[in-house]
Formats: sequence, C-alpha cells, structure tokens
Amino acid sequence: MNLAVSIALSHLLSRRRQTLVSLAGIGLGVAFFLAVSALMRGSEQDFMRRLVDNSAHITVYDEFRLAKPQAAELAAAHGAVEIHGVKPETEVRGIRQYKQKLDFVSRLPGLRVAPVLLGQAIFTFAGKDLGAAINGVEPDLMKNVSTIDQYFVSGSLASLHSDPDGIIIGTGLADKFRAKLGDKISVTSPTGLVRVMKIVALFRTGTASYDEGQTFIILKRAQTLLGRPNVANRFILKLDDPARAPVVAGQIERALGYKSQSWQEASEDIMNLVKIRNIIMYSVVAATLIVAAFGIYNVISTVVLEKTRDIAILKSIGFHARDIRLIFLIEGAVLGLVGSVLGTGLGLALMAGLARVEVKSPFITTQAFLPIYWGWDQMALAAGFAMGSALIAAYLPARKGGRVRPVDILRGAA
Amino acid sequence: MSTVLRTEALTRVLPGDVPTTLVENIDLEIARGEFVAIMGPSGSGKSSLLYLLGLLDMPSAGRVWLDDTLTTGLSEDHLAHIRLERIGFVFQFHFLLEEFSALDNVMLPMRKLARLEEDEARDKASELLRTFDLAEQMHKRPSQMSGGQRQRVAVARALANDPQLILADEPSGSLDTHASANVRDILHDLARNQNRAVVAVTHDPTFAQAADRRIFLVDGQLQPPERAATLFEVSVRR
Repeated sequence: MNLAVSIALSHLLSRRRQTLVSLAGIGLGVAFFLAVSALMRGSEQDFMRRLVDNSAHITVYDEFRLAKPQAAELAAAHGAVEIHGVKPETEVRGIRQYKQKLDFVSRLPGLRVAPVLLGQAIFTFAGKDLGAAINGVEPDLMKNVSTIDQYFVSGSLASLHSDPDGIIIGTGLADKFRAKLGDKISVTSPTGLVRVMKIVALFRTGTASYDEGQTFIILKRAQTLLGRPNVANRFILKLDDPARAPVVAGQIERALGYKSQSWQEASEDIMNLVKIRNIIMYSVVAATLIVAAFGIYNVISTVVLEKTRDIAILKSIGFHARDIRLIFLIEGAVLGLVGSVLGTGLGLALMAGLARVEVKSPFITTQAFLPIYWGWDQMALAAGFAMGSALIAAYLPARKGGRVRPVDILRGAA
Repeated sequence: MSTVLRTEALTRVLPGDVPTTLVENIDLEIARGEFVAIMGPSGSGKSSLLYLLGLLDMPSAGRVWLDDTLTTGLSEDHLAHIRLERIGFVFQFHFLLEEFSALDNVMLPMRKLARLEEDEARDKASELLRTFDLAEQMHKRPSQMSGGQRQRVAVARALANDPQLILADEPSGSLDTHASANVRDILHDLARNQNRAVVAVTHDPTFAQAADRRIFLVDGQLQPPERAATLFEVSVRR
C-alpha cells in the first residue's frame, strides 16, 4: 500500500470514534441531500410531465402578434410616419382557410395536430342557466393531441360519432345541473341559435375550472351552432419531443403568420417558479453538507494537533511538507469517499422509503405515491459536493501540518 | 580518515525581541568511523548544534558541508532528501509511530526513499531488527515494548537507508543503566565496525567515555580540547 495512504488510514483508525462521527456527518448530509433532491426533482418531473401532457405543446391562435402595417407605412418604408386614428380592420375571426394550413402543419415531422373551434354558449337544464366553453373538435384527431381521453368517467371522445347532437361535459358541470349521462341539455349560442344536445360522455380531470367550464362537440356542429361555417380558431399540437416546442412554434408562426405559442412560453411563470424552488432546495441541502465538512475539519485538525510529534519525526526522516499535506488530504478524501458511499446507500434507502408513501389526492382516484427521481446525476452531485467540501476541510489543517518545523517540536520534547 | 561532516563558523541565533544565541562560531570536523560525544550543561546548545548538523535547522551564519556538499542555502525539500538518504536520527524519546509495528517503523524511511521493492525493504528491516535482538518484537507496536527495545527500534530505523552519519540526541536519556549500555555499545559498534560517523549528544559521562572524542559546549561556545578534557574529568568525578 502507498506509504501516505497507510499513514493516513492509521490515523483515522486510531481515532475510531471521531472518525465515525465525522463519517456519520458526511453520510447523513449526503443521504438527506439525495432524499430531498430526489423528492424535489421527482415532484418537479411529475409536475412538468402533467403540465406537458395536459397542455398543448403548441397552440396556434387566430391572432397576430403585430398589427398589420398601414399602407402609408408601407409606402414610406424608411420614413418616420405616424398615423392617428387608425381603427382595427373588421375581419372574420378564425384561421383563414384552416384546412390548407392544417394540412401544411400536419406535414411537419414529429408532430400531431388537431383543429378546434372554441366558442362560448349558455347551457340550460332544469331551469338553470350556466355559461361554458364549447370546443368543436374532430374526435379522431383530438385524441392524438389531448390527454382528455384518460379522464373519461363514462364514454370517450369517440362517443361523439355515435350521435351528431352529442355533447361531452365535465362532471363539475353535470353536478351543478344534476344532469346524468343521456340527459338532454339545451345550448344557446351567442348568435341566438338554440339546440338540444344529449350528454354522451362525462370526464373528470380533477381541475375544477376545467370540469365545470369545458364541453366538447363535433367540429361541424360547432361551426353551425356558432355561425362560423368552415372555420377553426385553434390548432392544438403535440410533439414527439416537447423540448423542441419553441423551435417548431417559431417555424409555424413564420410560415402561417398566426401566433403560435409553445408550452414553455405559455407557462413561463411556472418555469421560473420551478427554477427558484431548485435554487432554494440546493442551497439548503448544500448547507447540510457544509456543516458536515466542519466535522471533517474538526477531526483532521485534531489529528494534526495530536500527531505533531509524528509529523516532526517524519520530517526529520526526510518527508517533505507536501508528503505531510498529502497524508492529511488523503484522510479528508477517505472520509469524504466512505461518507459518500454510506450516505448514498442510506439515501437510496430513504428514497425507497419515500417512494412508498402514498399520497391521497382528492382529485385522483388511482393510487398515487410520492414521486421520486432516481437519476444517478444527483448522486454524483451529492458525492462530488461531499468530496469537494471534505478536501477543502482537510486542506486547511493539512497545510498547517505541512508547516510544522521538526526543530520546534524536538526542542519542546527534549 | 575521510571527513563526513564539516562546519565553519556555525552560528544560530533565535530571532526575537531579545535575540538568543544558541550556538556560536562552531568549527567542527567529523570523520568516517568516528564516535563523537557532544557534552555540556543543560541549555549549552548541544541539541541545537545537533539539529544544525542534521540539517533540521538552518544556521543564522556559517556553513555546513556534508560529504563535500555545501548544504547551507539549499531548499527545504532538498535538505529533506539529503536527510532521507544520508542521515539517521535517534532521539531521546524514541519517536516511533504508535500505530505502526516495529517492522513498519523501520521500513518507513526505505518506503519513502523507494529504492527497494516492498519485499526487499521488509527483508532488510527484519534483518536490522534481528541484529538488534528484536526478532520477537518485530510485529509489536511501540506501546507493547520496553524503553530499551523501542530505542533499539529507533536505531534500526535510523540505519534503514544506510546513512554515513548517525545523529543521536540523548539516546540513553530515558533508559535504565542496562538498556543505556546496550544502546551505547550499538552506536559504538556502528562507528568502529561499520565505519559510520556517529555524533551523540549526552550528559551521561559513562556514555561519553565510550566515545572516541568528546566535545564540550558552554553557552553555545565550543571549548578548546584541554578545557574539554578538564570538564570531562569533572563530570566523571561528580
């Protein structure tokens, strides 16, 4: 065995209790680091997965980000033209010639797209009036871009095929009306048209506002009901790789001119929140490891103090200052390494324990557990941080040990 | 006789508000095969002189040659290497590593010098211990041995890398008469039969009697030979 290593180990083994205490410090630090990080990252992933799954990756709106340039501005391209009193042009809302545009988008690689006509309507049942949104959809395309199919209590999107006057509503709205599957409900559009539609399916997502405020009917039916024949005002897209959403959204917006919003843009505030949460978490868990590093500093300082005689003898034999420093740095590294290994083991046990904790959510009917992230990168991070702080903690006393002048010690002892 | 160690006007002053002169103006020559005792009252600078000779301390003025190499002014690392290769130390309080067995303690300088393979070093160390009658103690730790045994392990360790110069600081200071005589005989033998230079600081006249030459220090000053002889006579009679 290497000389410095064997001396370092002999020091650690001769002070078993202190060594164990500082190992426990590092080990617990790493374990808590892992457990907290696994839980936070797990819940973040779970949350992001829900966010990404439940929201459209890209939504194309029938809006423009910039107002159309005025003729006067176009005429003097580089002039300083200011025009007052311009009224917005009256235009038919909706994506123009949506079928060609849908065709164009659906030919882009790695994505699925569905058209939607979104409008408002008043629903009347048993003397009660409630407003809700109407989503005119094509069930076969819609089920590719939405997770709504997972949330049906009875029926499915395809149920719309069975009855052209069918409507799908959430359990929230149904509860308010005390309506059941198969009940007929009258729908009044903003244009004054009234239709009686039959509830063919019920869904429950767990988000109250969605369950009370969204309904689905066949696109064709929505177009007649809302008086907008051959029009859709949204494209909903899902990508195979959600991370590419901003790029693809830009591509579509450049081609079509319509505002295309990626999910990242739509939920920017949430992403920022997640970032802040991560910063808070990592500062807290890093603090536990820094505290543990003080334990290492303590044990190695004590060893240096206790072993000044040994240091003097080693130096008189011919050891260099750097040999002495190396011995104590190895002690720090060994403590950091063994502590990290023990801590990782304990951390994995904690994570396994946490993963078995059941969460009872009022909205989720299925059995759910605390989400845990099992990635190796956080273990590398915890171990790396532990090793780093152990080495820094060891370096200070090691440097002091290297500076011991044998003559000072020999004079004192003689 | 070839000179191993030579000093010229060696002076060591401890700096401070009131500078303390430890040794002053020492001119010394020590030859191969010579056993020299440094004597003198407590605080006369015996140990300080030994540390200077052993390159553990650096002189404030004057120079030290070891085997015709001028060592004064060399870097600390360079001096450490010279100590490792050419000087063996024995101290009053044996100074063994407590966690290591006798064998491991003796192997320490060899492993540091790394000129021998591990098993060669082990053979050589056990051979050394055997010559000092420590075959039984080889795998014991210092705390399991007697003072005399520990001091012999320390001597064996000093010899690990075959140094020409052995420096001993009160090697028998903490030993009983029998163990003390034993260590003295060993050091004597190292000079006489193995042709090494041995310099030992001692205040024990019986120990000094075995030496080929006795040097007397008073207040950091080397005493002339006639004066040294008188002082030695006095110390023996006392």
